[in-house]
Order: sequence, then structure tokens, then C-alpha cells
Amino acid sequence: MTHPWIPNSVEYIKKEMLKVIGVDSVEELYSDIPESIRISRDKWDMLPIGFGRSLSEIEVYRHMEDLFSRISSPRIPPFMGGGVWPHYVPEAIKSIIFRGEFLTAYTPYQAEISQGLMQALFEYQSLVAELLEMEVVNCSMYDWSSALGESLLMAMRVTGRKKFLVPETMNPMHKSVAETYIWPHNGRIIDVSVDRETGYIDTRDLESKISDDIAAVYIEYPHFTGVVDVNVDYIGELAHRFKALYIMGVEPISMAILKPPGALGADIAIGEGQPLGLGLNYGGPYLGIFATRWDRELVRQMPGRIIGLTTTIDGSEKAFAMILQTREQHIRRAKATSNITTNEALMAIASAVYISLLGRDGLIELAKHIWYKSHYAAKRLSELRGVESPLLKGEFIIDFTVRLPVSANIIRSKLKERGIIAGIPLGGHAWFRDSDILMTVTEVHSKSDIDMLVEAIKTIIEV
Amino acid sequence: MFRQAKWDEPLIFELGASGRTGFKIPEVEEDIKRVVGEFKIPEKIARQNKPNIPSLSEVEVIRHYTRLSQMSYGVDLGPVPLGSCTMKYNPKIALKYAFHEKLQYLHPLIDGDLVQGLLELLYRLERWLEAITGMDYCSIHPAAGAQGELVGALIIRKYHELRGNIEFKRELIVPDSAHGTNPATGTMAGFKVVEVPTGDDGNIDINALKAVIGSQIAGLMITNPSTLGLFDERILEVVDAIHSIDGLVYYDGANLNGLIGYARPGDMDIDIVHLNLHKTFSAPHGGGGPGSGPVCVKKKHVVDNITLVDLVPGYRIIYENGYYRIDKGGPYSIGYVRSWLGNISQLIWAYVYIASLGAQGLREAGEVAVINTNYFTKRLLGEAKYYSLPYGPWRYRKHESIVSVEPLKNETGVTAEDIAKGLLDAGYYAPTIYFPLIVKEALMVEFTESETKENIDSYINRLKELENMAFTNPEELKRMPRNTSTTRIDYVKANHPKTVTPTWRVKVLRDKGIISQL
Repeated sequence: MTHPWIPNSVEYIKKEMLKVIGVDSVEELYSDIPESIRISRDKWDMLPIGFGRSLSEIEVYRHMEDLFSRISSPRIPPFMGGGVWPHYVPEAIKSIIFRGEFLTAYTPYQAEISQGLMQALFEYQSLVAELLEMEVVNCSMYDWSSALGESLLMAMRVTGRKKFLVPETMNPMHKSVAETYIWPHNGRIIDVSVDRETGYIDTRDLESKISDDIAAVYIEYPHFTGVVDVNVDYIGELAHRFKALYIMGVEPISMAILKPPGALGADIAIGEGQPLGLGLNYGGPYLGIFATRWDRELVRQMPGRIIGLTTTIDGSEKAFAMILQTREQHIRRAKATSNITTNEALMAIASAVYISLLGRDGLIELAKHIWYKSHYAAKRLSELRGVESPLLKGEFIIDFTVRLPVSANIIRSKLKERGIIAGIPLGGHAWFRDSDILMTVTEVHSKSDIDMLVEAIKTIIEV
Repeated sequence: MFRQAKWDEPLIFELGASGRTGFKIPEVEEDIKRVVGEFKIPEKIARQNKPNIPSLSEVEVIRHYTRLSQMSYGVDLGPVPLGSCTMKYNPKIALKYAFHEKLQYLHPLIDGDLVQGLLELLYRLERWLEAITGMDYCSIHPAAGAQGELVGALIIRKYHELRGNIEFKRELIVPDSAHGTNPATGTMAGFKVVEVPTGDDGNIDINALKAVIGSQIAGLMITNPSTLGLFDERILEVVDAIHSIDGLVYYDGANLNGLIGYARPGDMDIDIVHLNLHKTFSAPHGGGGPGSGPVCVKKKHVVDNITLVDLVPGYRIIYENGYYRIDKGGPYSIGYVRSWLGNISQLIWAYVYIASLGAQGLREAGEVAVINTNYFTKRLLGEAKYYSLPYGPWRYRKHESIVSVEPLKNETGVTAEDIAKGLLDAGYYAPTIYFPLIVKEALMVEFTESETKENIDSYINRLKELENMAFTNPEELKRMPRNTSTTRIDYVKANHPKTVTPTWRVKVLRDKGIISQL
């Protein structure tokens, strides 16, 4: 059988090669596999793998079209965020990241032939560094949650302590991932109360819980609830007073208008890079941001790959290289800072292109645009009878909480009947009720989309 | 003659002009501004200075990154025979669906009835992976191979925890030929890592293994075929030895291409397996990710009614009454290692690959990969004098071959690195070098099934040419590469505390004297 992806699958070529090897059949090359665990050709061919035979591209195309016909992308992008958000992905990004030189490259082990790839990754690191005002950024983790897990492990290594303080309203998925990461090392996460009126951290509760056995204080910025905590400065101060690390988890677009973690004393900043030019993709691939400030011990304990700027040996030209590799698994093995190797490099390039496209003013304009749109939606919803919007009255930019007069799940499914996908029900999380929902509005939602959402909710609750 | 593009391309920070933009943000409607009022954020949290991000037009951005791409190298350009990386061709039909427009706004919490076609695909992929590996349950949750390994090691931990033995089950065995991720994973999962040596035949030194085995052993991580490209002939004995002290055996599937269609880890009584979809199943590597590292387990008894299947992390795709839905893992699951279901694009890519090839095609792919390896090894060793084949030179290789440049180095001083650079100069990507650590001056070559005989022949010829050059003109070899976009790199400057530059920001702050050495 000759296959288009297997150039040497032509019978006579195989025979020629086998002859050079000095065997009569390909099976001989597998003769060291004990008979008892070999699978016969017949048995293998009968296994339910694929569709019983190889398919032509035409057949695969028909099959995939059929599967994709049973995926309904909502006409209005979903009003859903809470850790990943619907954003427009400029076409220019795809034209870059689908170029074979990037898409089909490996990790740039051979520097001289991979300079462009490394420059793109260095620029990703550098652009994110400017957005966060943090000095060192790695070239990606898997997603926000795994970046959080790694940051907690790093805080344990740096401080030798095992306890963490987090807001009780934090992203529940992030929390459960963090727990998986720290479980083998007996790490412990302790909730800090959040003010039910504003959504801000209850600083008095934080003051009572912070002590010199806390490894790090973690805060989301903005919070999972969408609230932008106005006490982020003080929270960091408090952490540092007890020599705990201050870890901030950020949504990157809002950093264009918010005081960045570097200006707030954060030791580590992590976050989700998905808003920077990646689709929602039903869960991945995403992009974990990981940054530290300029500190020897922090950088030494940082996980992940870092690309650095250097020169050629003769010093005549700028050049790029993988740096500080003695932290990594392929050098340090059991003593590495993490086992991560493959990360989300291509997604990092997508983000570099995104930030470059929008530029300084574009990012600020986008963040303000989203601020306007979400405030408009929150305000319009607040005019509905029995609706409290926003429920948490603190500052917000993208997401906001709403208390509905009936169960959020009921409203959600009735909206869906009208072709609108909106909100993440909050019932069961922290002290939220079944009628509470996390709403999200971004630049992909037009005013008429928002008006349609508000009108639909109005009709549903007034029936 | 190969010449890589060499653009004198500035950093993005040195491009553009203030006021330009490469993407127009829609204007906020006046009605909205009227309702909301002026944009305002409290002083305490408002950004004081605009971020130092350049301003470029769309055309400038496209040119910049297109030029950078021309100074990069992937499978679409030529051979990338990086050992253990399985750099296959990435079929273009898969790209159409992997990043399909319909996925753009599919929030991971979107209602299941909207994504039935996608869930069907993912569910079927899990079942296919089960059949391929001979395991009982596969989960697509982990984001990459190393995360799959972490999951595997955490399942071992949970197994012993549930059986009440974790207090003494503290050690994880890793062969010295293993990828660095294995020992690093062991540490991340809270184990002490114990290394065992490899015998001259390339198999795990079984006596050394038996010497470290005791009740403290939680399990073993094994890569088979190993990073030497050799199948461990005593795998059953190894597995039995670990099972005899209630340890679990974890199989690193990085090298599955060397085995596919001929043997399955499940039939070797392996307990846990991870796969790399961006290796064996043709998803692209993207210059370092995204990957996808599904984990598969046997329905092995843990305690009571609990089996290893209950310990698997992440979500479950359930198919019931003609409907696919997603469920959370049960109370014994190790939890989640990332927020959502999986790296969907890579999973779609693997699905297209498996659907296209079918069982027979997958075996054919593995066979041709193995033929390519042995053809390369036989020809090179037969025709060149100063390359050697450490560990079981009489044995056939599987997916990859590890050739040592040590004889050549002893004669001429030319190293594996020099040879690698000499390959780059001819327009080929170099093999993985200096790995596995147990082979001196290693060249780790893996052509996969995607390479043509012609390219393998010219790769061999190039290696012979370089061998010759090592004697006739070693200085020239040491000056290579010259045809790539840059010459050899200053790693001392790259890493020195006084000059290390991980971001543009560091350069600027250092130039201004604001930060000192790291």
C-alpha cells in the first residue's frame, strides 16, 4: 500500500532498503519482541482503529465535514468568560502561525537555523514583560491553571513554606488544578474571605490569616468574579511583611489600563494568554503566562524555557539562544524546577503577533472598549425588575456578576432557545446562590447583541 | 546549495512609528457612552504610564514575522530527524479542522448539544487510542507529554495512598537512558528517583534493577523502545519484578512509533501509558508546542471497587442514549492538571491522522520508520569508519538510531556538535545531540516514516563528507554553520549574570543602569 504521507511505502523501495539492511522481511526487524506479546497482523487489522481501512483525503474530508456539521457555533459569540474569553482573532495571526517554518518546527535546539523562531519567542517574552512590567517571562506554560500550579511549587521551593492564601471566590478550576500540583508536596490552600458587597478581598481576614508560615498570597487581577480589587497594593505589602511571595494571576488585555503587577510588587505574575489572539477552541490550546521580577533566586527557581538575546561568538551580530537551561529537565533531570518541555510556543507566537498588531494604543483602546461594553450591559441589566447588576459592586472591566430573580440555569436555557448563549451559573461556588451568574461582554459583542440579550432576559423574567 | 534567509531584522521594539496600528478596534457607540458615562478607573489601580509596546501597521507586522519565519526550519522544508521527537509530516488536511473557524467561539463550558460532532470525534479518538495501546481507558486531558507523565506518576501516588502504603512507597525507578522529563516528573510527583543502569545489550540491567527493588518502590517509568532505539527484550521480567512488590509500571509512549502495529504496552501488562499526539500521531510541534499527552490505564484493582480508571484525572466523555456529554471525574480521581477537556486542536489533528491511515496504515507507518532507521544505520556504519553504534550493535533499531561520534572525536577532535553544525550547513536539521547521556558524543537520528530514501541517502553522504572533512579540514568544520541565518552563538554571554537578557525590558533597564547583574 503506497500512502501519500509515507514516501518509502512503495513496495520496490522497501524491498531495496530491506536488502541493504540484509533482511528478507520487515518482521525480522521486530524479532526481538517476545512472541508472547506480539500482536499478529490479522489481529491488529481487526482492532477498532480508524474505519477498518485507510481513507483517501476525499473520504476524510466528507467525514470531517459531517462531524463539523454537528458543531453549532452560536451566531452571537457567547457572553461567557471566567478564565478564557471570546475575542476576535485577526486573520493576520493565522497567516503567520500556519507558516510551515513555524508550525512544523521543533523546539529550537539548533540555534543557528532557528533564529527567527527564537526571535519571535523572545519578542513574545518581551512584549508580555512590558505589559506586566515584569523583567523575566518564560516562553509559555500550558495554561493559566497549570502556570498557577507551577508558581505555587516555585513559592514552596523559594520560601520552604507550604501554605497559600487565596480569595474564596477564586476560579474553581484553577483552584482544583493548583491542588493537584501541590498535593504530593503537602501544600495547603487556605481561603481568605471576600467582601460580599464589593467583591474585594476582606483585608482584615487576610491580616488575621497571614503569618510567617505562608509561602505565598495569590490574587486574581481581575478576580474570577470580574472585580478589580482596589487593594492589590496593600495585599502585596502584607505578603511581603511576612516574607511570603506575592503571586498575581492576570487577564492580559486589562493590563493595558490597570496598574501592572510589576508596579504592585508582585514577585510572580501568571495568567491566561488566550485573550491575546487565540480562539476559545473548546478548551485548548491556550497559553500560560509566567513572569518573575529581576531577582536571582526567583529566576533560578523559575520553570519553563526562556529565550535570551546574545550575539554570535565573534560578537559581530545579535543572536538568540535558549538560556538558563540548568533549571530544566534535560540538563538537571530529577533536580529540575519542572518537568515541562513542550509548552505552547506556537500560541506564544500568535500572542506576539496579536500584541504587535494592536500596538500600545490599540491595546489601551481595546481594554477601554471592553470596559464600556461590559458597563453598558451591566447597567442595562440593572434596569430589569428583580435583577441586581452588578451584584458585586467593585470595579470591573470584562466579567461581572448578576443576581437574577430566578435560577441562572433556567434563564440560561431559555436564552439558549432564543439563540443566545450567556453566562456561567455561579451556584455552589463560594457563597453564591443558584440565581447568580457571571456575565461577560467583549469587543465581539455589538450594542445590538447586548440589547438583544437584555431584551431576551426581560421577556423571560416578565413571563 | 542551501542558503537560509538572512534578514537583518530588527527587534519589534525597533520598528513602527507612533500613531500606527495594525488592527482597528471598532468604535464604541455614542449611545453606550451616554448610558455609561466617562471611562474611569480609580487612581489606585489605574495604569500610570502606557506600556512600552511598539506601534506597527498590519503590513509591517506581517513582513516582520514572515521574515522571522524564513529564518526558522521545520518538516515542511526538509528532514528534521531529531531523535525521540518523531518529527513526522503534519498532513495539511488536518490543519483545516484543527483550527476550524467553528472552534473560535466555542467556550469550554458551552452547552453539549452544540458540540455533539466534536464530542463524538473526541470520544472515538479515546477508544482508538485504547485499541492502539491495548489499555482499558484513555483520557485526552493532559496538555503535553510531560504533563501526561506527571499524571501517570500522580496515579501511582494515588494508588499507593488509597492502599495505605504511601508512607513507605517513596521511590520511583527510572532507567539511566530515560528522557530528562521522567526523573523530573518523579520529583514533581513527590517521589525520590532511583536510577538504574542500562546493560551492554541496551536492555535495563536486570540485576541492577533487582538490587534496588524492595517494598519502598512505588513504581517504574519505562520507555520502550528506549531512547537507544532498542526494544527491551526482558520487558515481561521487568514488569513482573515491579508487580511483585506492588509497584506500578508506567510506560512513556514517546517512542511508540517503533512498536506500533507489532506490540502494545497493554499486552505487556503495563499499568499506565502516556502518548504524544504531536509525535506518533502527526500533530505539528509548533516550534515547541502545543502538544497533547493522553494518558491510558488498565482497569487494575486498587482497593474495594476502585480501579485505576477511577484515578484518571480530568473530565469523562460519556456516550449514553445516542448523546455525548461531559462529566467530572469521580471522588478518587487525582483531580485536574489543566482547566479544561484537552488541547482540542492537537486531538483533532491526531484523529484525522488515525482516520486516514487506519490500523494497517499505522502499522505501515511504523514499519517504514523502522526500515528507514535500520537502512540509515546499516549504510552509515558500513560505509563510514569513525561513527560507532554503542549498545547492542548487533541488534536492529526501532524508531531511531543512536550513533556515536566518539571514534571521530578521538582521531580528529571533531565533536557531535560540529557534525550537527555541518549538517545544518547542507540544509538538514541536525539530529538530537548529546542524548541519551549514556552515549558519548551521541547523534540521535529518527527519520520517521515521512522521509524519502533519497534524503536519507544524501544525509548519509553528508555524514561521510563531514567525516572526511574532519581529517582534511577540521578548522572549516569548526567554523560551520555558515549557510544558516547566523553563525555559532555565544552561550557564555547568553547566560552570564552580567549579560543575560531574557527580555527587551532587561536590556533597556540594564542600559539605563537601573538593574544590576542577576
